[in-house]
Amino acid sequence: MPDIRISDPTLRDGNHAVAHQLTAAQIARYAAAAEEAGISIVEVGHGNGIGASSLQVGLSREDDATMLRAARAALSHSSLGVHCIPGFATINKDLRPALDLGVDVVRVASHCTEADITQRHIGYVCQRGKEAIGVLMMSHMAPVEVLLEEAAKMRAYGAEAVILMDSAGAMLPQDVTERVGCLARGLDIPVGFHAHNNLGMAVANSIAAVQAGATILDGTARGFGAGAGNTQLEVMVAVLEKMGFSTGADLYKVLDLGDLAEREIIPVLPTIKSISVVSGLAGVFSAFAKHVERISKQFQVDPRDVFFELGRRRIVAGQEDIILEVAQQLANGGAGTAEGGRQAAERKRAA
Amino acid sequence: MDCMRKMKVAILGSGNIGTDLLVKVLRSPCLECALFIGRNLSSPGMSKASSLGVPISAKSIDAILDDPDCCELAFDATSALDHKRHWPLLEKLGKRVIDLTPARLGKMCVPAANLEQCLDSPNINMISCGGQTSIPLAYVIGRTQDEVDYIEVVSGIASRSAGPATRINLDEYIETTEQGLRDFSGCPRTKVILNLNAAQPCIDMQTTISAQVRRPDLERLRPAVDEMVEKIRRYVPGYRLLVPPTLEDNRIVMMVKVQGLGDYLPRYAGNLDIINCAALATAEAFARHRLSPPAVLKGAHHA
Repeated sequence: MPDIRISDPTLRDGNHAVAHQLTAAQIARYAAAAEEAGISIVEVGHGNGIGASSLQVGLSREDDATMLRAARAALSHSSLGVHCIPGFATINKDLRPALDLGVDVVRVASHCTEADITQRHIGYVCQRGKEAIGVLMMSHMAPVEVLLEEAAKMRAYGAEAVILMDSAGAMLPQDVTERVGCLARGLDIPVGFHAHNNLGMAVANSIAAVQAGATILDGTARGFGAGAGNTQLEVMVAVLEKMGFSTGADLYKVLDLGDLAEREIIPVLPTIKSISVVSGLAGVFSAFAKHVERISKQFQVDPRDVFFELGRRRIVAGQEDIILEVAQQLANGGAGTAEGGRQAAERKRAA
Repeated sequence: MDCMRKMKVAILGSGNIGTDLLVKVLRSPCLECALFIGRNLSSPGMSKASSLGVPISAKSIDAILDDPDCCELAFDATSALDHKRHWPLLEKLGKRVIDLTPARLGKMCVPAANLEQCLDSPNINMISCGGQTSIPLAYVIGRTQDEVDYIEVVSGIASRSAGPATRINLDEYIETTEQGLRDFSGCPRTKVILNLNAAQPCIDMQTTISAQVRRPDLERLRPAVDEMVEKIRRYVPGYRLLVPPTLEDNRIVMMVKVQGLGDYLPRYAGNLDIINCAALATAEAFARHRLSPPAVLKGAHHA
């Protein structure tokens, strides 16, 4: 067994970057190449997972079943994975049909303090004899003791591993070391890490995670993902090799996978735009960027103020609807909120 | 409107919902809580009821079976599973039931939309907290807009207002609320999303209603929404429109906030308050209904 298991959410997190417009043909091409490259888990679907196509976070071009069928047909050694957030996805409407289509791994996710909403979904995956992995999103928002408690709940529900997500790209390497280390010491199941690159830390944070005991890492081709993107898979695999860790992946084929993604599925390569830097500083979910830009333009407010105000209100992934309320308040100069946003920004700058 | 004689009610379930409902019933000019029923005499809800001088029983549904005359109406604030067991027993006794669980056995009721059509039903289902918040507005969308293709409801609530029952029943909450939205709006496609937010201090319940319609008509929608909000505020004082109907990205979007009355539960738990306010308004309507001949009732309601 390789030292590090590679999970590739290019076809899921990357969907955020194209407003969930990936086509079945793109999914089939990329999945086939990922299989060739020896990737362990190929995650597919809407950016927020199964059952998440919505006005709230964006409507998918292809429905869940179409995306899963396209990927399923291309995968035999690699596992087909989905992301599943209770509150968006229900067992009847979304999870059962996904498993019926042949999903192997379900990553059941909640905000990092709310693991108990994953109990039934994890239980259902186990009952179906498939692999359930727990995911704690926005894990920069809770202290380590809380993360360990929540991860232990997922373990008790039947999760075979737990992934910490730095969904806002807000962490620095020492934050990762502390959090992943605590989980790796406190749990008897594998721990994984999923980085975002808002502050340019994705590869460094992923390596910090491995050094702290993580044995599952997420990476996407060219870093294709929400906002500033994720850990760039090709770089991550290369660095892990350089450090002497085995990944089960073939480096040349992983490099080819990155080239294929750039050619066939990524319209604009991820860069760290100003708004993503602010999103990372404010600790707001990276995938808010497109919505914040669109709505800020309509209300003629500074998207940076919107991000800082969202951060001040500790808005979590899934609460995209609050962007409109914040933008409207800022536009009206109402209730001192515009001032509040700027003050928050100044505080952050001073910090 | 006052009632000539108070209607005796029992509350099944001594958890947060049942206990908060008790405090509301005690204030009602139309209702008298004859029995507060749980399973454990030492639970916080039972202690609270006891301290308020309300008769209590720890015998669960047997408390009513043993003394069928104790109440005319029972609120069921237990769980969907328990309600499925309770209902056939209560039906045999001829009791009216207001069900606050997502069991979906009875007629779905949203007081601001269909209270009068519910008064002859023996079992009334209060749908869900998010349903009580969003369905009246979906109903208004259905009545003012042509060709409503899709309605979506997103609620954000404070983590601390979501107890173990809410958490374990997320799927039922979603599917029951989606059903209610379809029934009341006439829109065939609906989606419900729930977010828990752990921020301190706790956030108030907030709900966003989005709709895709062929030709949005905000001129008709806005006054109808204002009118509906006023109607809801008569029984849910903490309900207010935060973002009026707005066009954004080819959708109609509006947002409401619900603060609770702070009876037994904190004010941020507007999600729990609103379903209790709706259940109370329904029970009071029953109380008045049973005291008035139908002809008089009609006049009274239009007065």
